[in-house]
Amino acid sequence: MIKLEHVTKIYPGTTSPAVDDLSFTVPTGEICTIVGPSGCGKTTTMKMVNRLIEPTDGEIYVLNERGEMQNVLEMDPIILRRNIGYVIQQIGLFPHRTILQNMGTVPKLLEWDNTRIRSRAEELLDMMNMPHEFLDRYPHELSGGQRQRIGVARAMASDPPVMLMDEPFGAIDPINRNLLQNEFLRLQQEIKKTILFVTHDIDEAIKMGDKIAILNANGQLEQYDSPAKILSEPANEFIEDFVGADRTLKQLNLIRVEEVMDKKPFLLQSTQSVEEALQVMDEEGQDYAYVVDSDRRLQGYVSRKDLKEKSGWIDEYTTTAATSLPITMNLRDALSEMLMVDYSTICVVDNRDRVRGTVNTAMVQEALMETHSSGKREEV
Amino acid sequence: MEEKTSFWSRITFSDIVDWTLIPILMIGVVISVYIWLLLPIEPGSMEANIIGDPVSGFSNVWASVLQHLKLIGISSVLAILAAVPAGILITREGFRDFADIILGVANFGQSVPSIAILALFMGIMGIGAPTAIFALWLYALLPIVRNTATGIDEVSADVIEAARGMGLTNRQILFDIELPLSFPVMFAGIRTASVINVGTAALGAFIGAGGLGNFIITGIPLSRERMILIGAILTAVMAVMVDWILGKIEDRLVFRRE
Ligand SMILES: Nc1ncnc2c1ncn2[C@@H]1O[C@H](COP(=O)(O)OP(=O)(O)O)[C@@H](O)[C@H]1O
Ligand SMILES: [Mg+2]
Repeated sequence: MIKLEHVTKIYPGTTSPAVDDLSFTVPTGEICTIVGPSGCGKTTTMKMVNRLIEPTDGEIYVLNERGEMQNVLEMDPIILRRNIGYVIQQIGLFPHRTILQNMGTVPKLLEWDNTRIRSRAEELLDMMNMPHEFLDRYPHELSGGQRQRIGVARAMASDPPVMLMDEPFGAIDPINRNLLQNEFLRLQQEIKKTILFVTHDIDEAIKMGDKIAILNANGQLEQYDSPAKILSEPANEFIEDFVGADRTLKQLNLIRVEEVMDKKPFLLQSTQSVEEALQVMDEEGQDYAYVVDSDRRLQGYVSRKDLKEKSGWIDEYTTTAATSLPITMNLRDALSEMLMVDYSTICVVDNRDRVRGTVNTAMVQEALMETHSSGKREEV
Repeated sequence: MEEKTSFWSRITFSDIVDWTLIPILMIGVVISVYIWLLLPIEPGSMEANIIGDPVSGFSNVWASVLQHLKLIGISSVLAILAAVPAGILITREGFRDFADIILGVANFGQSVPSIAILALFMGIMGIGAPTAIFALWLYALLPIVRNTATGIDEVSADVIEAARGMGLTNRQILFDIELPLSFPVMFAGIRTASVINVGTAALGAFIGAGGLGNFIITGIPLSRERMILIGAILTAVMAVMVDWILGKIEDRLVFRRE
């Protein structure tokens, strides 16, 4: 848990606060994204937590490993920082140190022995899906995305309960950024850190945050809420503008196809005869049907037109499906996939390609209407 | 595990050239000079007294070489001892304001012609090696202070920020991050200062500090070309060798980025 109470920062030589009377609490194990226009005090807020910047006023508490709320202003800043993971956009890997030495920075300060440091570093590389050979490389021998992963791994090295991340993926190209975001979210499922995550990108804030703190240009908190709440119930005009006119569409980011799909779709078995297939299609009033094998793995689809007056087994008449959606995909991505192909219905498959349901645009629309009208959709 | 290849099999032709060309050339020059010394000389001349006899001439030359090395060695080491901490100090928070003063003093040392510095301090400290060493020391300060400070300032702010954010103390940041990363630039300053000092030390003979300059200043009024050239050539050989040796040390110590 990270708790800010009436935190204010006025830089020397300035009159208006960079951060103005900020109070919010990040629950243990959650990611809180801080978002707002450039210069609104996001970085200042974050750096006050590990006292790279001293607050002018207010209190900041962090829950330590022993379950005690500690007032960071009463701690030795050096000790404090060694117990808080810190990732910055520019990464700041030490160019004269190997990846192992980089990842071992904090463990070494905490006087871990070399064997323990090495095995921890290997464990972290495994988590990041990176080969152990990287340990003896230097930062310049890695790509930008790999360096960024190492930056995150280095911050997690001593397994601190709290992490601060300042636009960690900000310098990465959009495709790799998306990849890193997804990887990190998957990782967070396991590591359950309490994270303050600064970004200037509202889409990233929505995607990464369990909670979002939106600051205005004067360093004041405009709204602190879950992404779903912020999208469905923006507190004021500032938030509405900041979130954008497409906030309804953005809500689709928060819903997974799994939640809206038809979980008992009409399917045919590849071992069925044409005759039998035509009969059930008539009964169900379907012109098309997806075909699966005995393991429910997607084989393709058949149309009534193709089967008409044919005989034999339907697998002879099965056409490969142009696309299927992973069950974890969000509705926004799903919708754009649907608009790319002219199927009215698309199969939703799990990670072993087994059909778990089907989805069509009507279901997406229905979900949208629902979030819009209720306006109270809780987080997923 | 990396493949174990024998040390010898990894040495390339260009490595060999790189390691031997300059020393062989310089040894060649020195041997030529020595042979030249053996050539007949007008008997009874001043030249003969100093370097005429191959045996006593050699020891005479050798003593001057050692004296020259002493002048540059002591002054360079003292300059490093003073200039590196000064260079570090002016990059510290709260001392940046002193940067201009310290760099100004060092700049003064550098911009006054070396012969003038010698003359100036001879007036204060008298003649002899200590005065020459002091002048050489002053002369070597600027490149080292400046390069130390520049090297530290050039260390990426992001790297420092990450280090501070992970809980390194200021001391650890200086010794583990800033100094290793600024070392190439700092060492380049030390190399420059030392090489310049070899040449400047030749002027030390004017104030009785000895060294290779002796041959030059004795040779000029007597018009003994051989003496003048021996002083000049050996000074040049020493400058080249000091540069070469420091260059090799630099290759060894400096972390290679690319
Ligand atoms: N060291 C500083 N001294 C004075 N003003 C600063 C300093 N750091 C940041 N500021 C000012 O404080 C405001 C907030 O900065 P920052 O927290 O970096 O914003 P953000 O990260 O949201 O872009 C800005 O107006 C910035 O100019
Ligand atoms: Mg910022």
